[in-house]
Amino acid sequence: MLQQLEGSKAIALGIALCRPEVVCAYPITPQTHIVEAIAEMVKKGELEQCEFINVESEFAALSVAIGASAAGARSYTATASQGLLYMAEAVYNAAGLGLPIVMTIGNRAIGAPINIWNDHSDSMAMRDAGWIQLYAETNQEALDLHIQAFRLAEALSCPTMVCVDGFILTHAYEQVEIPESRQVDAFLPPFDPVQVLDCADPISIGAMVGPEAFMEVKYLQHHKQQSALELIPQIAAEFSEAFGRNSGGLLKSYRTDDAQTIVVALGSVNGTIKDAVDEMREAGHSIGSISITSFRPFPLQAVRTALEKAKRFVVLEKSLSVGLGGPLSDGVRKAMSGTGLKGYTVIAGLGGRAITKRSLMALFMQAEKDELELLNFLDLDHDVVNRQLAREKETRRSGPVAENVLRSIGTVASRIA
Amino acid sequence: MTLQTIKFYQTGTFTVGNRLLDESQRTVQANMRRTNSLNSGHRACQGCGEALGARYAIDAAMRASNNQVIAANATGCLEVFSTPYPETSWQIPWMHSVFGNAASVATGIAAALKVKQKKGIRVIAQGGDGGTTDIGFACLSGMFERNDDVLYICYDNEAYMNTGVQRSSATPAGARTATTPAAGPHPGNPFGTGKNLPLIAMAHHIPYVATASVANLHDLEAKVEKAMGIHGARYIHIHVPCPLGWGSHPSDTVKIARLAVESGLFPLFEAEHGEITSSSAIRRKAPVEAYLKLQRRFAHLFGERPDLETIAQIQEIADRNIARFSLEGR
Repeated sequence: MLQQLEGSKAIALGIALCRPEVVCAYPITPQTHIVEAIAEMVKKGELEQCEFINVESEFAALSVAIGASAAGARSYTATASQGLLYMAEAVYNAAGLGLPIVMTIGNRAIGAPINIWNDHSDSMAMRDAGWIQLYAETNQEALDLHIQAFRLAEALSCPTMVCVDGFILTHAYEQVEIPESRQVDAFLPPFDPVQVLDCADPISIGAMVGPEAFMEVKYLQHHKQQSALELIPQIAAEFSEAFGRNSGGLLKSYRTDDAQTIVVALGSVNGTIKDAVDEMREAGHSIGSISITSFRPFPLQAVRTALEKAKRFVVLEKSLSVGLGGPLSDGVRKAMSGTGLKGYTVIAGLGGRAITKRSLMALFMQAEKDELELLNFLDLDHDVVNRQLAREKETRRSGPVAENVLRSIGTVASRIA
Repeated sequence: MTLQTIKFYQTGTFTVGNRLLDESQRTVQANMRRTNSLNSGHRACQGCGEALGARYAIDAAMRASNNQVIAANATGCLEVFSTPYPETSWQIPWMHSVFGNAASVATGIAAALKVKQKKGIRVIAQGGDGGTTDIGFACLSGMFERNDDVLYICYDNEAYMNTGVQRSSATPAGARTATTPAAGPHPGNPFGTGKNLPLIAMAHHIPYVATASVANLHDLEAKVEKAMGIHGARYIHIHVPCPLGWGSHPSDTVKIARLAVESGLFPLFEAEHGEITSSSAIRRKAPVEAYLKLQRRFAHLFGERPDLETIAQIQEIADRNIARFSLEGR
């Protein structure tokens, strides 16, 4: 049924349809509305056979999910930003143990400076933890990806993160098709664990592994993700068959067929990118875009196929790999290595800085003329940066950077674009 | 010739075997059908108090639950020496996640069992003092305050032994560790630091808190059994000497544990819902010197010029315990 809903509520309804057995939660903006909605469903008895546990930290949240999953329960939690970093040790542990937990990330920047708005720094920090990472473009896809995520995670016994842009998706109200529970039940079988803590058949999980076997265990994690490259499109195809709409998959191409310039991005910003592509196409520009859904595993071959006829690519990413550039670009460049294809990295939208169609179109037109640097920062205020650099040069005790920059600009959030 | 009644020492006491007792009163370890949950062949040091404590505790828990126990283990000696894969000493379903989250993992296991309506299966979390009083403290406190159906057992050997004997918040005053060396004007661990986790556990008003010692194994088993008969969050803090970290002879483990109890430095008591309900009276009171002298971690207090002032400070701690927990012989 089509409903006008907040993204978080839609995700919560999707999670409930997946019949999670243990849900644990610790509040952090902007994921809180998701677990609040689940808590309400559990409390009202609308979501039965589900233990909802309010824990004392994100580290505990994922640790509870680890225990529950190892004891054979379908387990779910959600977090964001600092919370994801606080649970980092458990994030790696869940993947190393091969526990098919599903976790929503309400993508948000990481401090300092503290910032509650959207970018991808949080999930990017965990990109090598061994979790599958899927990025949602719309609220409909966010809901759909969660249903697919449980299926995928449990098929491979590999934890899966569904990354949903904080506020832009989590707090946006739009129409979302909520599936029927019988549809989800038919698509997602009950959890059948590959390993379980069972008194009738005792096993030890989480043993010490030395140099003699550690490489092999880690390789098998990689192998599992490589097999996800085949499974993700299969599951998306089955989903499309069962639910009548396309969601998920490795990546989605938009007007790329004859495009000379192709923009690559993750998540909701693809909406704005598509608008920019449409407008530029109307004006006769040869441009298209790719929305990457599966960032881990990274679909090297699919990216290469999608980009191989282009003359250049522009990777627009909401995460800065400080001292290098952008993590998404690393993957795209690897996919295109040896082809000689020109590529540009554009860091955009950090800490919730709005990514406007106007800025994007100006950027893409520069790209078409190959006027971009290898690494670019969209809408960076160079005056503010230069004033701070001058201040630092002038005075040793020049004060905290963030506070100085804010003083140059005005009040907090006085300007978002 | 006058008749003399022979009193066998084992009867009426907490001594381990109790083979002279009626079978129903004998200890779990005296029973050939004990489960050996932590089986032989593990790689603990000679005289390891933790291995001894864990074996007794888990076997007792197994008997009390009709062998239906799942355990979550913090990182530490117990984890490392019991599971150098592909070998494992655990005869029970057992899981290790990371250092600081054993209590939370146990909460998750208990939640899964509840939702799956596996009522008879009980959950134990266990760790050393570092994994309990320091890095695992937040998760433990959360598990306590939610009153999750988990028995948490802390094997307290008073420092981070697995990493090479560094100070923890359970390290006693005056003790030498690798990070509180016996050097300078105030050698060893500073006085006035550390925390008493059993008392903190009691402050959560959980159904059951107890301390136990490997010197009093029948009492240890009885407390585990009692804890297993209760639902909700329970905590047992077991004092386990570590020959390696304490610098003691492996054959002295039980003797040292007994001296800790009999000096008053490690009081044995039980508490329910935040109130102390019983304590074990000291049978033959010992001065703290008797306990300290057997351990090289306190060697700087003795020698040619004993540090009488510091020893007296430690004696004060013992005396305060004796008064506070009513340990005076009755």
